[in-house]
Amino acid sequence: MLSRIAESLFWIGRYVERADNTARLLDVHVQTLLEDPWVEEDLACRSLLSVMDRPAPVPPTRADRGYVLDVLAYDQVSASSIAGSLGAARDNARRARETISSELWEALNATWNALGAQVEAADPHDFFGWVRERGAVVAGIVDSTISRDDTWQFLVLGRSMERADMTARLLTTRALAGPAGPSWTTFLRSCGAHEAFLRTYRGTASVEQAAGFLLVDRVFPRSIVYALGQAEQCLAGLEPVTDRATLDAARRHLGLTRTSLEYRPVSQILDDLPGEMEQVQRACAAASHAIARRYFRSGPPAQWVGEAL
Amino acid sequence: MVTTTSGSAKTAGAQDTAGAQGGHGGQCYQFVCSDRVRGRSRAATVHGMDLFDGCRAGAAWDEMVAGDQVHGPYQQVHQVLAPMSLDDVRARADSLARAYVRQGVTFDVGGQERPFPIDVVPRVVGADEWAHVAPGVSQRVRALEAFLADVYGPQRALADGVVPRSVVVSSTHFQRAARGIAPANGVRVHVSGIDIIRDRATGWRVLEDNVRVPSGVSYVLSNRQAMTRSFPELFAALRIAPVADYPHRLLAALQAAAPAGVDDPTVVVLTPGVYNSAYFEHTLLARLMGVELVEGPDLFCASGRVWMRTTHGRRRVDVIYRRVDDDYLDPVVFRQDSLLGCPGLMACARKGTVTVANAVGNGVADDKLVYTYVPDMVRYYLGEEPILANVDTWRLEEPQALAEVLDRLAELVVKPVDGSGGKGIVVGPAASASELAALRTRLADDPRGWIAQPVVQLSTVPTLVDDGLRPRHVDLRPFAVNAGDQVHVLPGGLTRVALPEGELVVNSSQGGGSKDTWVLDGPRVGDPVPITDGPQVVAVGHGVPILANPHDSSEVIQQQQQQQQQEVPC
Repeated sequence: MLSRIAESLFWIGRYVERADNTARLLDVHVQTLLEDPWVEEDLACRSLLSVMDRPAPVPPTRADRGYVLDVLAYDQVSASSIAGSLGAARDNARRARETISSELWEALNATWNALGAQVEAADPHDFFGWVRERGAVVAGIVDSTISRDDTWQFLVLGRSMERADMTARLLTTRALAGPAGPSWTTFLRSCGAHEAFLRTYRGTASVEQAAGFLLVDRVFPRSIVYALGQAEQCLAGLEPVTDRATLDAARRHLGLTRTSLEYRPVSQILDDLPGEMEQVQRACAAASHAIARRYFRSGPPAQWVGEAL
Repeated sequence: MVTTTSGSAKTAGAQDTAGAQGGHGGQCYQFVCSDRVRGRSRAATVHGMDLFDGCRAGAAWDEMVAGDQVHGPYQQVHQVLAPMSLDDVRARADSLARAYVRQGVTFDVGGQERPFPIDVVPRVVGADEWAHVAPGVSQRVRALEAFLADVYGPQRALADGVVPRSVVVSSTHFQRAARGIAPANGVRVHVSGIDIIRDRATGWRVLEDNVRVPSGVSYVLSNRQAMTRSFPELFAALRIAPVADYPHRLLAALQAAAPAGVDDPTVVVLTPGVYNSAYFEHTLLARLMGVELVEGPDLFCASGRVWMRTTHGRRRVDVIYRRVDDDYLDPVVFRQDSLLGCPGLMACARKGTVTVANAVGNGVADDKLVYTYVPDMVRYYLGEEPILANVDTWRLEEPQALAEVLDRLAELVVKPVDGSGGKGIVVGPAASASELAALRTRLADDPRGWIAQPVVQLSTVPTLVDDGLRPRHVDLRPFAVNAGDQVHVLPGGLTRVALPEGELVVNSSQGGGSKDTWVLDGPRVGDPVPITDGPQVVAVGHGVPILANPHDSSEVIQQQQQQQQQEVPC
């Protein structure tokens, strides 16, 4: 497979998952602002923007939910907004058009075509629901129409790494929100994890169990540990064993982070949740660079989006 | 059969029918022309034409508007809704209905699935009003709990003559099979729904008690979720007591009721099956509690215990939150043709290896004739004065009462004592002469089977109907969960609306609706959350950038585009 194609596949996986996860994260954020009139909207929005590494307006301009939605949901240019990443996913699919199935291309293209109308339809909650639905369509098509060869490995590798990264950011927003922030229930619900969680812990759950579910659960597919493990499997599938002494750099980054979460008591991770989540994000970034060096040598070195804009 | 969508009979005033039509007629216009500048209209006084014009001339006491005044708790709701056009309001109502169809919050009408009717205008209860109602409900539950423990135990109250023995033993729901079954933590009424009505600002009265299988709480939860989505501005402006912790409290109460010595009790919800009209509620509660939803055939009794069949073999069941009526619970003891229960269940309950919630035989406490003795029970068992009064009721067993009722039948409401869902109710003013004659014979034949009440003037709340917003009669079913150490009353409850004008029986299958019920929390004490507790920002240098495909950078795209442009002229 051409390196360039592989890179596009990897990024399709990442962008679609990013749109999905950002929609979930914003849904919680907006819902919380609506339901709890005592939340400091300006602070809450600045907190979220900082977690997503986006600039906040300079005080005294207030950061309100409209600003956050513009930056993280409706911005068509930046790849860290929902609309932007759906557009970028479609661009990447166009480059890998001959490798991916027609159904996948059509799903991504149709999503992009419908984007304008969806952004116009004002209700953010409906928009987020639509984004999640489109994400599910893409995931379903990937699952059912793509051979389990390198194409699939790169798509799922991107998806898993993005999922780990975004779940870490989601948990950071909770940790930074302080006691007034949204409840763990809200977070679990936003990840589609609430019912799975309730079935596991039968309703009477502690904060530790709720956080642990998103951090280290072994069988829930959105937990960080599960997503990192999946990414490692994809890397293992891409690379037949040639060097028996050392591991690929990307696998080292991911595996080290996964094990450091998996083999420690959850309470210890919760002591410094923002710090631990930063480590997860950094590991994902480092692994992403390592994957680019190893497999996608074609392009220019990765640039920070934050600086480019 | 108790169903979710059906409610109790409503004794609505037939005499207000004419007044309620005032919205179409001329009376309301006196409010219209007074002042058209809406900008000046503030909280307490309403000027100008608005959505609520059709609601001011109702004869019954309206909870929201009275003339050009808006009652305290409703002021913000009124402020938000009043400037809207009828089309805006209808659009919101449509979005509520669509959300319900999508989520499957529906009920069957003649084989067709309809969205559960939720009205766009919420019912609002002030903090001070709720501070009166909630303790009243809790007190009532405690008294009924004491009564049931007594009836199925020492029967002190019967010996002392507080409640006549004949009334208890003649109740169709007095289950002799339940005698001597001692619940693990003393609770028989784990969940109750006490129906209350209101005839003026302070006039809350209990219409009936439901301590068997009260249903409707799922609609409280889903109504709230739907309203939050549709009226974010109201939720932002008001501090509304949340209801979402209900499943958690219910589970805690059920676990507390587990047989003694069980460490990690297994709770299940027992449903009659997918064709039951309340099946949605059963699934919702099981889902939110994270417990199994079982049907009768999933359970079996062996070795003096109840088990469920699972893929990993049998698993012990400790607490059964049953949504199946007493009669169907155990074919060994009750109806032998029942396919919904589990043979041997009652033996296990008697042995104390399983808890059935709500307890078998609770129906004796919500018998409508026993209802008339509840205020006496409050005094007798609790030594307290009842906080919530009953609706005046004639006990037809007393000869002079029967004579008076037969005499005034055309102006009274007559109800069967063991009915629910509004079945069998005869509303005197609305009944024909032949109906009344037939009723007269039935009452004389079976005075124990009936009670009579005056027509109560129910309060109204503006409700969206075909003509716009009109006053419609409402009642309220607050839900109480008894965990043994305390009775928790869910703030709010299910408000049911009689949608057709002059309709006296609230029943979804007969065109009843519901309203989300908002209990306003008291003003927040002290400062808002201190800044240090507020959301923090990621420390400088600790933000991790979000990466993007380097090929997506605008530079690359521009170069590719330039390439194309150069090719075109060739």
